[in-house]
Amino acid sequence: VPSLSPFPFPFSPSMVATWMDGEKASGLGSNSSKGGLSLDVPMALRVFSVDYYHVQAPFEIVLWIMLASLAKLGFHWSGRLPAVVPESCLLIMVGLLVGGVIYGVRHSAPPTLSADAFFLFLLPPIVLDAGYFLPGKLFFENLGTILWYAVLGTLWNVLGIGVCLYGVCLLASGSLGDVSLLHCLLFSSLIAAVDPVAVLSVFQEIHVNEQLHILVFGESLLNDAVTVVLYKLFESFLRLPVVTGVDVLLGGCRVLGVGLGGLGVGLFFGLVAALTSRFTSRAQVIAPLFVFLYSYLSYLTSEMLHLSGIMAIVTCAVTMKQYVEANLSERSNTSIQYFLKMWSSVSETLIFIFLGVSTIQDVHMWSWAFVCSTLLLCLLWRATGVILLTAVVNKVRRNVVTFRDQFIIAYGGLRGAICFSLVFLIDDFPKKRLFITTTIVVILFTVFVQGMTIKPLVELLEVKRRKRNLPTVSEEIHSRLLDHLLAGIEDVVGYWGQHYWKDKFEQFNQRYLCRFLIREERQARSSIVRVYQELERRDERADEEHITHVDVRCQTRPHLLEEMDSIRRILTRNLHSFNNKQIPAYSRHTLHGTPAAEGRKPLRRHQSLGGKHSPWSQVTPTVHSITHSSIQPYS
Amino acid sequence: MGSRASTLLREEEIEEIKKETGFSHSQITRLYSRFTSLDKGENGTLSREDFQRIPELAINPLGDRIINAFFPEGEDQVNFRGFMRTLAHFRPIEDNEKNKDPTASEPLNSRTNKLLFAFRLYDLDRDDKISRDELLQVLRMMVGLNMFVSQVLRMMVGLNMFVSQVLRMMVGVNISDEQLGSIADRTIQEADQNGDNSISFNEFIKVLEKVDVEQKMSIRFLH
Repeated sequence: VPSLSPFPFPFSPSMVATWMDGEKASGLGSNSSKGGLSLDVPMALRVFSVDYYHVQAPFEIVLWIMLASLAKLGFHWSGRLPAVVPESCLLIMVGLLVGGVIYGVRHSAPPTLSADAFFLFLLPPIVLDAGYFLPGKLFFENLGTILWYAVLGTLWNVLGIGVCLYGVCLLASGSLGDVSLLHCLLFSSLIAAVDPVAVLSVFQEIHVNEQLHILVFGESLLNDAVTVVLYKLFESFLRLPVVTGVDVLLGGCRVLGVGLGGLGVGLFFGLVAALTSRFTSRAQVIAPLFVFLYSYLSYLTSEMLHLSGIMAIVTCAVTMKQYVEANLSERSNTSIQYFLKMWSSVSETLIFIFLGVSTIQDVHMWSWAFVCSTLLLCLLWRATGVILLTAVVNKVRRNVVTFRDQFIIAYGGLRGAICFSLVFLIDDFPKKRLFITTTIVVILFTVFVQGMTIKPLVELLEVKRRKRNLPTVSEEIHSRLLDHLLAGIEDVVGYWGQHYWKDKFEQFNQRYLCRFLIREERQARSSIVRVYQELERRDERADEEHITHVDVRCQTRPHLLEEMDSIRRILTRNLHSFNNKQIPAYSRHTLHGTPAAEGRKPLRRHQSLGGKHSPWSQVTPTVHSITHSSIQPYS
Repeated sequence: MGSRASTLLREEEIEEIKKETGFSHSQITRLYSRFTSLDKGENGTLSREDFQRIPELAINPLGDRIINAFFPEGEDQVNFRGFMRTLAHFRPIEDNEKNKDPTASEPLNSRTNKLLFAFRLYDLDRDDKISRDELLQVLRMMVGLNMFVSQVLRMMVGLNMFVSQVLRMMVGVNISDEQLGSIADRTIQEADQNGDNSISFNEFIKVLEKVDVEQKMSIRFLH
C-alpha cells in the first residue's frame, strides 16, 4: 500500500520559499556584510545603507497585506461600485492587475498561492470567525437539512459531474483521451465543493433571511468533510493498481470517520479552552489569546490526523463560545470579536487577491470542450440536486424551503480558493494543467458572473413574488399576535417542537457543564438577570432592524395610500418579528450589535438581588444565541 | 421522572383526556410531567403565579393574556384537564382527521377553534366582538419595547395582572397613541362588513382566510 506523505505539494515559488531563501541569504550575507563594513571603514563610514535581504520575507508579506487592505479601503470609498460588484470580484481584478504587473516586470510567473500557505494560514481565521459567530440555535435546528444538502448533495454533484465529464472525454477522445474515469472523479470532487469564503462574501450583498443563510453557509462548511475525503479517496485510488468494491466501502466509512473525528477533536479542544478561560481572571490581557491558540491547535491537530480541519475548528469555536464569553471580561470579549473579524477580513482579501495573481501563469492548457462542459455540468447538477433534495426535505420541515430559496441555494453555490488549492495538490499527470485552467475558469465564472448577477436575479424574483401576495395590515397584526401566542404556548409546554434533545442538552449544560466551566460568580442564578439578558438581546435585534419596507400599491383603498405607507413602516420597525428576518445574524464586516451596545450600560446588580461580592457587582450582558429552552423554574 | 408521573395519573383519566383532546398516551404523560414541574405548590393545580414563573413567558408581550387563556371563567386554578384542553388547540391537524364524520363535534384543534382561541385573546369582555379599544390594547402590548421595568417589578413583587398592565402603559412606548389609533382604525376597516365598527368572529375568520392558520398555530408535540 503506497503511503501518502503528509503534504505532497509541488512547491511553487511561494512566499514561504522566498522566506527560506531570504533567511539563508541573510545568514550568509550578514557575515559578509559585516566583513564588508569592516573593509569599507578606512574609506568612509557608511551613514546610510540598504539591506533588503535581511527583511525581505516579512517585508513582502506586509506589503501584500497592505495591498490587500488598501484595495479593500479603496473599494468601500469608490462610490456606487460596491452596490453593483461584489467585493470578491474587485479583489480578484486587483490581483489580476498586480499579477500582470509582476509578470511584465519580472518576465516570470508571479508567486502563486501555495496550498500550504492557504490551508495552514489563510483558511483557519475565516472558518474560525464563521464558527464563532455562527447562530448556534438556528444551526442546530436546521442541522438535518444542512447535513442532507451537504452530504447527499455533494455526493450527487461529484458523481454526476464526474461521470458526465468522463463521457465528454470519451466523446472528444482526440484531445482528451488520456483522462481516465478516476481522474474525472477526482476533478469533480474538488470542483463540486461549494466554498464558504466565496459564499459568505457574496451573501453580504444580498439580503437573505437567516434560515437561508444558515442553510447555504452550513452546507458549505460541512461539505468540506465530504469533499476532502472524496478527494483523498480518489487520489489514493489513482495510486492503487486495482480498485475493488471493498476499497469503495472503506472509503465510505472514511467519510464518516473524518467528519466525526474532526468533530471530536474540536469538542475536546473547545472544552479545554473553556476550562482554561475559567482561570484567566488574574491575567485578563492574555485571555483572548487562548481562544485563538486552542482553535488553531484543534485545526492543526485534525489536519495532522487527516481529519476534517474545518469541522474541528468550527466545533471548537461553537463549543467554547458560551463558556468563554461568560468567563471573560467584556473587554476581552470585544477584543476576541474584533480580532477575529480583522483576521478573517485580511485573510479573505488576501485569498481573493492571490486568486487573481495566480491566474497569470504560463502553465495554462485550454480545451473548449472540457471547460465549457465543466461549467455547464456544474450548474446543471447543482440545480437538479437542489430541486430533488428540497422536494424530499420539504415534507419533513416546518419552514419550507421556498422556490426563491432554492434558486439562491443553487445559484449561490460559488466555488473558491479551496478548489484552487486542491487542484494544485494533484499528482502530476499530462492533463494536470488542463485541470488547473478549468478550475480557474470555473472559479472566476462563479465569482464574477454568478456573484454579480445573483442580486438582480433575486430582486426580479422578489418583485414577482410581491406582486402576488400583499399582506393586509390586519393580516400582519394578527400574524404577529399568533407568533407571540405560539411562542408563549411553546414556553408553557417547555420544549420547542421537535427539539427534545436540545432541551435535554440545555438541562445537562446548566447542571454540569456550566458549573464546571464557568467561573463561580458569573453563573447567572437569578432568573431576573436571565430575563434581562434575554431582553437585551431582543432589544439589540430590534434596534438593528432598519428595514425600509418597499411599499407596493394597495389595491383596495387608494385614498389611504400615504397612510398605508406610514403604517407599514411603523409596523416593520416596531413589531417583534420572529421568522424570516431579513438580516443575517452573521456578517463578515461588522460586529453584531455594536451601535446598540455603546449606548447601553451593563446592569448593575444591587445587593438585594443576590449579588455575591460588592454591592454593585457588574453583570455583563452577554450575547447568547437564542435559547427558547426551558430554563429551570425560579427556585 | 416519567414513570413517577404516570403512576400519579390514572389510566382512566389518560383515556378520557385522549378522547377529548386527541393527544397520544406518551404525549399526555410527558405533558403531565411538565405540569407537575410547574406546580410548585404540589396541589395538583396551577395558579397564575406558577405560569408567571416561566421567564420567557414573562417577557412575552401577550404573556398575561396567554396565561389567562388557560384559566376558565372566573377561576384562579387550573387542573391538568383544563391545561390539556387549552393545549389541545395547538395540536397539528392530522390528515386522517380532516375527513371525519361531519356530525361529530368539532375537535379542539380545528381551524375554527384555533381562530376562536386567538379571537378570545383580543376579546377580553367576551362579548364576541373586538372593539377598537380592545384592539388598541393588544397593539400597545405588541409594540411596547420597554417593558423591562414592569416585567421585573412584577416578577419581584408578584403584582397582579391589572397593576402590571397599568405599569406597562406608563412605560414609554416608541410610537404615539395616534399612530396606533390609525392602525387600529385601519384594521377594523379592513375587517368590518356590517359597519358596527368592531370585528365579530365571522369577520375575523374572513380576514384571516389567506393565512395558513393550521400550520401557524400548531406545535409538533413529541410522541
